[in-house]
Order: sequence, then C-alpha cells, then structure tokens
Amino acid sequence: MNCTEIRKLLNALVDGELDLVRNLEVEQHLKTCAACAAIKKSLQSLGAALRKSDLNFRAPDSLRKDLRQFVGDLSEEKKPREKSDLPWLWKFLAFGATAFALLAIFLRPAGISEHDAFLNEIIASHVRSLQAEHLTYVVSSDQHTVKPWFDGKIDFAPDVKDFAAQGFPLVGGRLDYLQGRNVAALVYRHNKHFINVFVWPTEKESSPEQVEMVHGYSIIEHTANGLNYCFISDLNEKELADLAGLFGN
Amino acid sequence: MSANEAEQFERIVLPHLDAAYNLSRWLAGNDHDAEDIAQEACVRAFRFIGGHRGGDARAWLLAIVRNTAFSWLKKNRPAMVVSIDDDALAEIEDQNVAAHSAFSADKKVLRAALESLPLEFREAIVLRELEGLSYKEIAEVAEVPVGTVMSRLARARRQLQNHFARKEGEK
Repeated sequence: MNCTEIRKLLNALVDGELDLVRNLEVEQHLKTCAACAAIKKSLQSLGAALRKSDLNFRAPDSLRKDLRQFVGDLSEEKKPREKSDLPWLWKFLAFGATAFALLAIFLRPAGISEHDAFLNEIIASHVRSLQAEHLTYVVSSDQHTVKPWFDGKIDFAPDVKDFAAQGFPLVGGRLDYLQGRNVAALVYRHNKHFINVFVWPTEKESSPEQVEMVHGYSIIEHTANGLNYCFISDLNEKELADLAGLFGN
Repeated sequence: MSANEAEQFERIVLPHLDAAYNLSRWLAGNDHDAEDIAQEACVRAFRFIGGHRGGDARAWLLAIVRNTAFSWLKKNRPAMVVSIDDDALAEIEDQNVAAHSAFSADKKVLRAALESLPLEFREAIVLRELEGLSYKEIAEVAEVPVGTVMSRLARARRQLQNHFARKEGEK
C-alpha cells in the first residue's frame, strides 16, 4: 500500500477498528514512513486530548425531575379519573358509566372467556373515552391532521379517512391501550352518538365481520390488511355496520 | 401496565440521560435548546419503550435523540442544518496535511474547535470520543453506512487538526 491508501486507514487504526491483516500492513508501513507515522501520532494526540478534557455535558437535575413527573402523570392518566372542574351532572354520569363498566368486568360469572374479557376491555375504553377531555387528543375532522399525529406514537399506520359525506364525520384520534399494547383510537360521530374505532396490527389472516351486542353497546370486529378493527358505539348494529362497511372499502 | 412502563423508563432510559443530554447539547449548541430536544427525545423513548428489544439501551436512546435533534433543528434552527456532502470535500482536505502532533487538553480551546465543526462531523466525534461508541454503533445512531462513519471521523479530525494548525499560525 502507498501512503495515500495508508492514510485512509489511519483513523480506523487509532480507533481499533481495523481488521488484523490490515492492521499489520499499516503498522509495517509506519515503521518505515515517518510522514505517515507523524499523522498517526497527531491523531492519537488529538483523541487523547478530547477524551481527557471532560467535554461531556451532564443533564440538569431539573430535566430528570421533569421527566419522572411526566411519566408519572401519564401513568395516572391511563387510569379512570375524575376531573374536579366537571359539572356535577357530567361527573355523576361519568361515574355511573365507569362503575357500570367496571361492574360488568368484575361481576361476571366465573369462567369468563378471553373474548368476553376483551369485549369488556373495549367497553371500558369506550366508556372512559366519553368522559370529558379524554375522547380525543387530536381534534380534527381533517384526516391529513389526524393521520400524521399518530406518527411516532405507534408502530403502524392506521388508515384515517373522514366519512362526513356518508354521515360519519371524523372527530379526531387518540392513543389508547388494549390487550397490553398501544392502539390507535379513531373517533367518529353519527348524529349525536360517538363511535370509537380501535385499530392495531395483527398477524392473523383477514376475517369477516363479527357483530355483537354487549351491555347495550354494539361492537363490530373485523380484520383486514393486517389490521384489527374494533368498532364500538351505542348506535344500533345496522348503523355501526354502515361505518364498518366504509372501512372495508 | 402503565406502572410497568414507568418502571421500564426508569430502568432503560434514565440511566442514559446524561449521554442523551450530552448529544443534544453538542448538536443544539446551547443549554435551552438542548433541554427541549433531550426532553422531547425522552418522551418519544417512553412512547417507544415497548419497541426496545434488549440490546444496548444507550445506543437505542442516542438514535432517538439524534432523530429528534435533527428534526427539531430543521424546524426551529433551519440555518444550522446544512447537510454535508459526504464525499465532495474529502480530497481537498486530504491534500492539506497538518503535522500538528501535540494537542493540549485545554477544555475551552477544544470545545470551541469542536463547535466549529459541521453538525454531522461534530456528531461523529462526540459519539466516538466522548461516548466511546464503536463505528457500527455510530452507523446505527446516525443511520449511515459504516464507511460513511469512517470518512466523517477522518474528515472531522482533519478539520480539527487544521483548526489547531491555523491557531498555531496566528500566534
């Protein structure tokens, strides 16, 4: 190797990133070439100076404190909560609904199936979402606002479309938690009823729609293109199926 | 579930907060922006915490910091993010051989020299010399091939050497 080739490898040499064969070759060259040896020495001296000089910045304590606070708050947020600034009637209703959903979960006969547990989780999420300020984190009827909002929050890209023309305007979206994972929740409105559409990826094949009525809620599940969809609302089954049908297309 | 995530955050992210802040600070150039970036990156890390599959938590977090920093700077300090052409200048720098061989460990001087480097070069030096990452880890954090890491480090050091050679000449 000539000097030009050797010099290209000197950085990797001082960083200990050269393979054994080339390491030997370069070392051999340095024994007889003072110019290249001087450059190597210069690189070593520079590296040593950088490492010795304590150039690292340390995170301020306030940052650590803020982050712990933030994570703590988020953990709290996922639990059902009451807001002190809610009007009492709303609070009463929200409490009633939550209690009902919780009762539905805990007071079911023993031997509750996995699927029933799943439906109850969906209902609890839906009910909780209707409590003030929880329904949407990104409020927009614009699918181009809602879709990018999910970027970086979840590891898949839900298909977000506004169906205002079909009577189901998009209200917004939020992040929710189901079955031990983050899911996208899209919120639609039909007349005065809210609909939650939970979306999360699955490895299962596409499966046809499954329609259920549980505790007065209509629930429709189906799987398409690697995504599970679960629609829930207090709408009647037929109207909810209309929205589910729109997603199929 | 969420208590578990908070526990994971404590175990996976917080031990490397100094490293996360160090990279943010070197990329941002001031305390205030660095805090914003480090905070945003850690919040993202919290959201992605399920995506951390063992492996080196520090390199994982630094990759998030890196991404956050570059998009934050692009949005808020666009003038700082002038992307370098990874090969165009290599030849020119290589021709300029500086034989400076005794670098003093003067913190102030070194800090100024490092700050004068283009963003991607500074990043490579910080990850290599201050955080001690391997070429492979740097490649993952910066999302470039190992060969590019090698050439960025070489060019960054060449510029630092020239910086000191010039200072020497001014005396």
